[in-house]
Amino acid sequence: MIIAIGSGKGGTGKTTIAVNLAKSLEEKITLLDCDVEEPNAQIFIQGKKIKEEEVSVPIPWVQEELCSECAKCSHICQFNAIVSFNTIPLIFPELCHSCGGCIKICPTQALQEKEYPLGVITTYQKEHITLLEGKLNIGHPMAPPLIKRLKKNISSSILTLIDAPPGTSCPFITTVKKADFVLLVTEPTPFGLNDLQLAVETIRELQIPYGVIINKDLAESNLITNYCEQESIPVLLRIPNNQEIAKIYSQGKILIEEIPLFKQKFVDLINEIKKLTGGK
Amino acid sequence: MKIAIPTQGENLEAGFDPRFGRAAKFIIYDTEKKEYKVINNTQNLNALQGAGIQTAQNIAKEKVDALLTSNCGPKAFTALSHAKIKVYKVEAKTVQEAIDKFLSNQVEILNQANVEGHWA
Repeated sequence: MIIAIGSGKGGTGKTTIAVNLAKSLEEKITLLDCDVEEPNAQIFIQGKKIKEEEVSVPIPWVQEELCSECAKCSHICQFNAIVSFNTIPLIFPELCHSCGGCIKICPTQALQEKEYPLGVITTYQKEHITLLEGKLNIGHPMAPPLIKRLKKNISSSILTLIDAPPGTSCPFITTVKKADFVLLVTEPTPFGLNDLQLAVETIRELQIPYGVIINKDLAESNLITNYCEQESIPVLLRIPNNQEIAKIYSQGKILIEEIPLFKQKFVDLINEIKKLTGGK
Repeated sequence: MKIAIPTQGENLEAGFDPRFGRAAKFIIYDTEKKEYKVINNTQNLNALQGAGIQTAQNIAKEKVDALLTSNCGPKAFTALSHAKIKVYKVEAKTVQEAIDKFLSNQVEILNQANVEGHWA
């Protein structure tokens, strides 16, 4: 089973939920940190590094003596990653989606593939948790290829938890695709609600079952509970807005280890998700 | 020579657009003939990425020699240089004022981008 933890708004507590969920269970867990622009699960997991793998993507490069300056490569590219003003083309690797179109269309075979480094995947082990962290190289704007590579490590026989990137654009969609369930972590603020609504619209489009976790929860009834009630969205867990919890987090400690009564809540959460997804 | 000036309007009295990549239109002004035409750049207003690069291609099609702009990012500058289009920095309220400043040398030629890329 694959459970992705997303949010819409950043800073609502995705990593807190992912890490506590992983820690509260006893079975083997694969935890993927797909927040590749700023991965932080390892701060809490403190696992031992067991593997490091560089990830690259193919981009075109031009053999100038073969180029006829026809600009066909430039016309086929939908991402402005290769530009020719009927000149030898100019390549912007960070915009390239590695579709290979320019290489195929080049009539003189002047374009070839070259590997362009994108980021690093590091594997950490801590007790029953295998954490795979993706880290995008600084300055590289495209997260999805690295996320796709991370997701290749999913094994159908092991429970996989995915810490998703914030937002609802390509990196988020790439992360939650093919998940069996998505947990949307939010907070009872207008910003939290706005971004939750965006995330809900996205998940509905993807037709993945989902539920909401309210973090920094203030009152029994608030703008998030009202919204969820109206939309018939299950609220699966509520974590109170409490200074002690904030302190535990800011010290890099684990909520369920510091306040053990939360452990059962996370175990119940998994059981509830299993129920909602038909016990996969 | 031909110069490109970003604008939101259709004539020389129209407002000068300080943006390059996401300017809605360009006035292509011929300094010898003192004539101009308007080209559309709206497809780049909502481009996800590479708006500056695509806009450089758009104005290069008009065979312009120079661009008058307030801001030019690194990718756009690289593309414009590749197309041998000179980039002049100018502050103006209208297209006409930008042209006048260019013709009276009250512009600064850029040798590199003067604003950061949007991912920087």
